[in-house]
Amino acid sequence: MRGDYCVVSCAELFRGDGAILASPMGPIPALGARLARATFEPRLLLTDGVSTLLDANDEPVGWMPYQRVFDMVWSGRRHVLMGASQIDQWGNQNISCIGDYDRPKVMLLGVRGAPGNTVCHPTSYFVGKHSSRVFVPSVDMVSGVGVDRGAHEIRGVVSNLGVFDFSSGSMGIRSLHPGVTVDEVKAATGFELNIPEPVPVTRELTVDERAVLERLDPGGAVRAQVS
Amino acid sequence: MSCVLSHEAVIAELWSGMTLGIGGWGSRRKPMSLVQAIVDSSLEDLTVVSYGGPDVGMLCAAGKVRKLVFGFVSLDSIPLEPNFRRARQSGAIEVMELDEGMFLQGLRAAAWNLPFLPTRAGLGSDVLSTNPQLKTVRDPYGGSDVVAMPALHLDASIVHMNRADESGNAQYLGPDPYMDDWFCLAAKRAYVSCERLGLEPSSPHRLLLNSAMVHGVVVAPGGAGFTQCLPDYSRDEAAQRAYVKGVKR
Repeated sequence: MRGDYCVVSCAELFRGDGAILASPMGPIPALGARLARATFEPRLLLTDGVSTLLDANDEPVGWMPYQRVFDMVWSGRRHVLMGASQIDQWGNQNISCIGDYDRPKVMLLGVRGAPGNTVCHPTSYFVGKHSSRVFVPSVDMVSGVGVDRGAHEIRGVVSNLGVFDFSSGSMGIRSLHPGVTVDEVKAATGFELNIPEPVPVTRELTVDERAVLERLDPGGAVRAQVS
Repeated sequence: MSCVLSHEAVIAELWSGMTLGIGGWGSRRKPMSLVQAIVDSSLEDLTVVSYGGPDVGMLCAAGKVRKLVFGFVSLDSIPLEPNFRRARQSGAIEVMELDEGMFLQGLRAAAWNLPFLPTRAGLGSDVLSTNPQLKTVRDPYGGSDVVAMPALHLDASIVHMNRADESGNAQYLGPDPYMDDWFCLAAKRAYVSCERLGLEPSSPHRLLLNSAMVHGVVVAPGGAGFTQCLPDYSRDEAAQRAYVKGVKR
């Protein structure tokens, strides 16, 4: 199932993070972060999605209202896994609006905390439907800043097609999910991707991870949201 | 001395052209009965400063907003706010779009009587290019440049709390104070609507607002409208959906 690869790829983004606040936005990123904590990153701090930090048994262990989230952001003790309405080859992200700024064709959320996040602590992105409407040559309103504009660290971009990073400067393929071809990704990306030779394949879930996911997402209902 | 006021008395203390802060966050603990009173009033030409939810949408729809200072506008369970989108997409409102943390620094600067507060948030982003009035400053101790987020001075703020007393002390009983204390401190006048008069026996840290920060208390059971006001009530999702459905396309 494609969702399994998205979740394990999101989990892998948090590998090595230790005791920091992990802020996954959306169901697949949240499942990834919870999988990471349940397996190889047991010290990750996760909230209930509101303002209570929960341990692995869902017991409250801390308080994280919005005001304190900014303390975590500005002290660098956080890794956010956000969505992107647009993202370019340098990892500049847009969640604000599409089109002319003074009179946008499509108004979205606004920049939210993306500008501060991206210059203060590691940031990753999840895109559920990889397309050239999202992976664009340049974004209309730079909300999250990319590696060419002073990002602290863009750890990676997970999509329904693969995993991408900036280890080669601009965005390149880290791995493609099984069954995905390079041509398919190229056709769905509005800029030139760096393509390694050979192209790695996203890893499988381990038996243990599969068992954890079955507990966190019984029947795979969340994972079925991507295809 | 009691500072309890009616909705009408609060409206009478506001004026067209003023800068108004609104507490809460998204579709959570918004002072919706006061917002409705503004909608029903002759007030106009407002600069609204808000972590926006339906408060912003309703004021935009009523034509009350000249300028909006915001980091986002969202209904949480419904991500995009239809009235706000319409206002933006038709070019009806002027905006100052900020990173959420820059926004907080602006409130703090106003609260602390500082011209600005430094922050890294905003550097490199189009928040700076779309707000050319925002400046960066050189670290006088030799570090790198930072954004000098100017104080967001508010003429008045309105916030909604779970409980308040007649003197203007107020208590939140839900999970998050949001930025309501900063909205009150950043404003010349702060008005608090509350679910009920009288403070609950509870942990002292829930007493977020005190009488030095608050100028008027409005007793407004159900005053958060359909937005979430825990533990008194959760968001009325059906009412919120009906609100969205009622927006003309």
